[in-house]
Amino acid sequence: MLMKANMVEALNLCLKQEMEKDNSVVVIGEDVGVDGGVFRVTEGLFAKFGKDRVIDSPLSEDGIIGSAIGMAAFGLRPVAEIQFQGFDYQGYHQVVQHLARMRNRTRGSITLPMVLRLPYSGGIKALELHSESLETIYIHLPGLKVVCPASPYDAKGLLAASLDDPDPVIFFEPKRLYRAFKEEVPEERYTLEIGKAKIAKEGNDVTLISWGAMTYVSMEAVAEAEAQGVSVEHIDLRTLSPCDWETVINSVTKTGRAVVVHEAPKTLGFGAEVAARIAEKALLSLEAPVKRVTGWDISIPYPKQEDYYFPDKKRILKGILDTARF
Amino acid sequence: MPISTVFEGKTEYMQILDKDSKVDAELDPGLPDEVLDRMYRLMVLGRLWDHKCINLQRTGRMFTYPPLEGQEAVSVGSVLAVKPEDWLFPSYREWFIYHIRGGPLSMVNMVWMGMEEGMKLDKNLRVYPYAIPIASNLPHAVGAAYALRMKGEKCACIAYCGDGATSEGDFHDALNFAGVWHVPCVFVICNNQWAISVPRKKQTDSETLAQKALAYGFSGVQVDGNDVLAVYKAVKEAADAARAGKGPKVVECITYRIGAHTTADDPKRYRSEDEVLYWRERDPIKRFLFYLEKKGIWSEAYEHKIHEEADRLIEDAITKAESFRQDPKEMFRYVYAGMTRNLEEQMKECFGEEGK
Ligand SMILES: Cc1ncc(C[n+]2csc(CCOP(=O)(O)OP(=O)(O)O)c2C)c(N)n1
Repeated sequence: MLMKANMVEALNLCLKQEMEKDNSVVVIGEDVGVDGGVFRVTEGLFAKFGKDRVIDSPLSEDGIIGSAIGMAAFGLRPVAEIQFQGFDYQGYHQVVQHLARMRNRTRGSITLPMVLRLPYSGGIKALELHSESLETIYIHLPGLKVVCPASPYDAKGLLAASLDDPDPVIFFEPKRLYRAFKEEVPEERYTLEIGKAKIAKEGNDVTLISWGAMTYVSMEAVAEAEAQGVSVEHIDLRTLSPCDWETVINSVTKTGRAVVVHEAPKTLGFGAEVAARIAEKALLSLEAPVKRVTGWDISIPYPKQEDYYFPDKKRILKGILDTARF
Repeated sequence: MPISTVFEGKTEYMQILDKDSKVDAELDPGLPDEVLDRMYRLMVLGRLWDHKCINLQRTGRMFTYPPLEGQEAVSVGSVLAVKPEDWLFPSYREWFIYHIRGGPLSMVNMVWMGMEEGMKLDKNLRVYPYAIPIASNLPHAVGAAYALRMKGEKCACIAYCGDGATSEGDFHDALNFAGVWHVPCVFVICNNQWAISVPRKKQTDSETLAQKALAYGFSGVQVDGNDVLAVYKAVKEAADAARAGKGPKVVECITYRIGAHTTADDPKRYRSEDEVLYWRERDPIKRFLFYLEKKGIWSEAYEHKIHEEADRLIEDAITKAESFRQDPKEMFRYVYAGMTRNLEEQMKECFGEEGK
């Protein structure tokens, strides 16, 4: 059965179904229990599954990630929430030193199937360190899968797939899209393949590559570019690691032009990797330099001026048109 | 060989002015009238300021704001207890401290209004920026105390955090280093019972937060944080001792966050109205008012006068903050001492004819 859901509702329903299906699934984080999470993604789970499976942890990201690793190693399937991606650094050493490498370290004898949920992204007039988008620091670590949905439908299917996955999955949730729109979502469980990009829109002149919140922003720019006569193929990566390079390369080989959009700073943002892969595999098809429309190499400004930082419709459109007319 | 006790600790609790304004004459620090008057004015200003900020947020003139109501005695009592040469390391909720130290009130709300200008601190006031990541500036206070001592300055560092913050690794690093280095650092824990929706009991199985100090080799004291005299006395003693080379100390102030965690929070989801009422009866301002009345400082006319004064200060501060125009180019200018070529190019792209 289909239902209309926003991303928070889709994620919430997914967690509920996973917990019903498998009683080794536990949720842990700050305020995820009684309060239902500050974004309400875990709303109602505490009442339904109780305090042993929905854990209001002490205020320590290090403790959350570290203890979730222990739980995962010993038969539970934790879904750990860090309240804002900007506070994961407090537990990041656990990710680098253990989460990403336990399988390899033990030659597969200890594995860590768990999901680390990170509300990320800006443009919501939040305080300092509440608007971060540092997916790169996870993609850079071998051993992690990094997923970043851009719609309620994808969020539900990808979170379910993340819980099925034998490896740790870092699940980036674009909080800008949490309640931005509703769409039809199957009520029953389904999964989407991790590592598979989606062609959000087919086109011939330029390939636009995005993920998460920027997919939504890019759509408006794509529509405008189309109105101005430029046919855009829009790829939503959905998974950043492992990345679906095949879909990207096939598209760029066809269009000969590429624009990549992200809100992280430009230097060493994932756009750099996208551009490098295109250079390796499709250089001879290129008719224009690969264009990056990204955040600047600065700290994200406080709310009053944050709009100067994030790629918006205007900047993305300019990126598309410049590339198309190069 | 018999088993022997290798460590025994105790942690004391102090209250001077109880909820019904009964005062313990022996403990009363006997502050001069000017100090008592200042304490009261600042607490009232803090309260009115807080209400105004919530109002500004509701009407779209401020972004997310963390209310202070109920905790005024901790900020006011502790800051007035220490010397101007002591450095303060406030937590984000206690940012009113910047004004208590003499900073313009207009600066106190600028960050919540979304402007970096609110962090452009006057170094002479000796207030360090608060940190949005919980507990993360506590080790800075320890390093600062080390540096100041090494430079021969006779001063203490006063570092603030909440009850939730005591669960973070940074809190424990800070206390451990402070103990090992024996630095002049006072940790003021503002135990307002809640860290968003998580009650104090779920943060730690310890009976008190003050006793955490014992594990790091120094002592802690618990005080009624709604009793401005007790906060004053405990922090003064701790800071005096720290300055005299006697090492760090924890002062746990038992108080209550009457308002929501922030304007984005709904406390009805996790706590009862009865609990809030219980704490309203222990209000820090009301009990101090009766104390001042007995001393002949407080009167209806006095109350009226300080409200008028506070309202004027608040209006001025808001006008000043709201009329401030921050140059957006500053976001590129303060990244490094000098602008890199890369940033120059990006700034041009952002603001040049090409950009927005
Ligand atoms: C490292 C970190 N994790 C999470 C948060 C989100 N957060 C903001 S305030 C808060 C609760 C803080 O509680 P406490 O230390 O008791 O201070 P209070 O808010 O009660 O003043 C949380 C979890 C944060 N700001 N920083």
